[in-house]
Amino acid sequence: MLHYFLKRLLGLLPTLLIVSVLVFFFVHMLPGDPARLVAGQDADEQTLALVRSELGLDKPLPQQFVTYFTHIFEGDFGRSIRTRRPVSTEIAERFMPTLLLTLTSMVWAVIFGMTIGIASAVYRNRWPDRLGMTLAVSGISFPAFALGMLLMQIFSVGLGWLPTVGADSWKHYILPSLTLGAAVAAVMARFTRASFVDVLHEDFVRTARAKGLNERIVILKHCLRNALIPVVTMMGLQFGFLLGGSIVVEAVFNWPGVGRLLVDAVAQRDYPVIQALVLMFSLEFILINLVVDLLYGVINPTIRYS
Amino acid sequence: MTSSATLIAPAPAPTLHLSDDRVLAVDGLSVSFSTSERTVSAVRDVSFHVDRGETLAIVGESGSGKSVTSLAMMRLVEHGGGRIDAGRMLFRRRSGAVLDLATAGPRTMRAIRGADIAMIFQEPMTSLNPVFTAGEQIAESIRVHQGKGMAEARAEALRMLDLVRIPEARSVLDRYPHQLSGGMRQRVMIAMALSCKPSLLIADEPTTALDVTIQAQILQLIRALQDEMQMGVVFITHDMGVVAEVADRVLVMCRGEKVEEGASAGLFATPQHSYTRALLSAVPRLGAMAGTDLPREFALLRMDGEAPVKEAAPQATVKPDAAPILRVKDLVTRFDIRGGLFNRVTRRVHAVEKASFDLYPGETLSLVGESGCGKSTTGRSLLRLVESQSGAIEFDGRNIRELPPSAFRDLRRNIQFIFQDPFASLDPRLTVGYSIMEPLLVHGVAKGEAARQRVHWLLERVGLTPAHAQRYPHEFSGGQRQRIAIARALALNPKVVIADESVSALDVSIQAQIVNLLLELQRELGMAYLFISHDMAVVERVSHRVAVMYLGQIVEIGPRRAIFENPQHPYTRKLMAAVPVADPARRHLRRELVTDELPSPVRALGDEPTVEPLVEVGPGHFVARHPIGAFGR
Repeated sequence: MLHYFLKRLLGLLPTLLIVSVLVFFFVHMLPGDPARLVAGQDADEQTLALVRSELGLDKPLPQQFVTYFTHIFEGDFGRSIRTRRPVSTEIAERFMPTLLLTLTSMVWAVIFGMTIGIASAVYRNRWPDRLGMTLAVSGISFPAFALGMLLMQIFSVGLGWLPTVGADSWKHYILPSLTLGAAVAAVMARFTRASFVDVLHEDFVRTARAKGLNERIVILKHCLRNALIPVVTMMGLQFGFLLGGSIVVEAVFNWPGVGRLLVDAVAQRDYPVIQALVLMFSLEFILINLVVDLLYGVINPTIRYS
Repeated sequence: MTSSATLIAPAPAPTLHLSDDRVLAVDGLSVSFSTSERTVSAVRDVSFHVDRGETLAIVGESGSGKSVTSLAMMRLVEHGGGRIDAGRMLFRRRSGAVLDLATAGPRTMRAIRGADIAMIFQEPMTSLNPVFTAGEQIAESIRVHQGKGMAEARAEALRMLDLVRIPEARSVLDRYPHQLSGGMRQRVMIAMALSCKPSLLIADEPTTALDVTIQAQILQLIRALQDEMQMGVVFITHDMGVVAEVADRVLVMCRGEKVEEGASAGLFATPQHSYTRALLSAVPRLGAMAGTDLPREFALLRMDGEAPVKEAAPQATVKPDAAPILRVKDLVTRFDIRGGLFNRVTRRVHAVEKASFDLYPGETLSLVGESGCGKSTTGRSLLRLVESQSGAIEFDGRNIRELPPSAFRDLRRNIQFIFQDPFASLDPRLTVGYSIMEPLLVHGVAKGEAARQRVHWLLERVGLTPAHAQRYPHEFSGGQRQRIAIARALALNPKVVIADESVSALDVSIQAQIVNLLLELQRELGMAYLFISHDMAVVERVSHRVAVMYLGQIVEIGPRRAIFENPQHPYTRKLMAAVPVADPARRHLRRELVTDELPSPVRALGDEPTVEPLVEVGPGHFVARHPIGAFGR
């Protein structure tokens, strides 16, 4: 297991390297000139050249590439072109709101989604299943911006119970996490159901019943852990997506998260911020995947690492 | 624990009478399964009884309703969508109370399951929960029914593992099912089932998935524990050999109905019903071919009546002085096991070690051995479905191992495979006609009308009709699918057919029909069979020559008669001794309970197994002279 973990950590380095190379070239191939955006529409050629050299954009691409990489290895991701602040501070500020929102969304979505999924599988083709799957399909097909605005209309504008936008108190988390988690809960419900239905047909479930266990233990002890592998895989993927910041939900609720930071950075051709964000997203995904893979072994002892 | 259960149990009505030594009396049991389209009645009006300390075997082929009957006794049949329509199942609990299982409430049933009635299932691989340790799974049952604490239940679980003669019981407690061999898993299942000393044990095909030497051990174990605990045992099986070995009385079922019931000895000696007679005629019996040299078809009785038995002709298909069609010399196939930080090879599976044999035209050479002995890998190596490391495979004078891919494709025409699982080896989305035609098209042998004609001819040849070509695999039964697989293998007129456990998954009567078909086709078309099987009795029936494999090596090879009547290698003898014979009169005497496992073919790097040269002990009969003690016992 330790070997496996070390091996995976080593494998992380080349992946990150490739990602950073690709992202560097993609970003620099984007149409649009950051210097022009910084200097403003009316700036003359001279100012433009000055800004360009200040940003280091006047040097040939290979040279920029080398500078970029040497700085990364020193832990310096540069300064934002837009705000002139270090990229690391810029991201750090935005990261926590997104992380907290992701966690709250995931927690309710997983609990709710798995409960629906298990109930649907156990009462397969009966009314709890029909109801649960109807909810799940609605959750997937209802667009997040519409759900967000609907919730805001009801609970903030109509009833006045909850704040509309911003991220200042715990009350601010309720509507965005509901909105963000709805699709995740729906996906979790469907995955849990599918995986549970398979497990319910396994021979060891019959063995458990033949032992005289009551049905609740059969399902929650003997089936759940066996059904968990695909569910955990999906959980990891969803977690990764949410950590990347939801552009739509963050826009609807005016949430100060990384999703909006990315949109702003792209609009402004803020090269250092885009590069650092993409690198962070891929690192998040890789780490989450690693955790998921290690979780497999905890859930199911038949999985061996080599 | 009984206090809560007896409170809920219906008060024994005066009608619920069961004589003193009787554990179970089933009367007029009917079970049906309903789907939205139709209702299938799986068991109709079945009655039987089980006494204390007695073994009742319920025998039947697939679809006979024997497993449904057992699940109905546990009332587990409801979880599979079944319904008990009629019948009474009077059962005496350990407390002495008699109740009707058919009408007992769910809580009473939960208290009975695992405590008063326990069950062992067919597949020890899948019947244990993979995510809990063996100890926990046994202890759970003890905790539920005996109200013991964690530590106490664990101690009891350890005692149960000792009782089922598991070596190193203490370490097995904390092992997961996948870390145990098939035989050990079945022992754990038995320990779990018997942990609360049930008065009735239902064993549903408990040894079908096990190797024959392990099967013998498990059967002995169940017998010994039954004597100790005075349980009634309901033993469900399709294997008449096992029935003869264990049963006091036998109940024969066919299509959901009871066909015949009687004491074991009488039933085997003078079966009354024509179905029982037909079934028995299809059972391969070890020793049935004694005194003959050549394979012979089964003399099958018809199910529906008294068709005269025609004595089949011996299979004289080998020409005396023909050259071998296939020569295998010192074949070695190994698989690497990688591990560690840099994925280096750490150990190797020595699947085939210097196997050498010749196969003559028109001959059936059987490779026998238990799981992991390398018999299937040998078959696959011949077609290069797995790469072998060294040795030579000569077909028609050309070494298969050195052929370029283009020439090799041609060669594949001449060697065809029939696999074990007729359900998995046909593409469910192609018509069987196309499946059979495909090899013809791929090799450009025939196309269009000619190919269709060939398919029709093949289908008729294997006992189906040309109209079947338009259908899909799911419309056929297991036996029919195996016929289709044979037709596909024969499409290209191969010279060699490798039949890898081709009849193992089939019911006895179907198995006998397929064996007869294979023999008939060999007489007509003259191809050679490499017949890979673990079933000694079937091997005795079909083979001209036999090679016994053990840990990747051929330890004995020779004419079938010599091997079966005069086995020389200790492993061959052990294998023969373990085969249950379908004749209660020849029941193996109580042997000492053995618990040894098959050794593993996985070895560390550089730790090469010694391959003993084969020594000729009779005409064409070769034996490896392993040092005394290597196979001791």
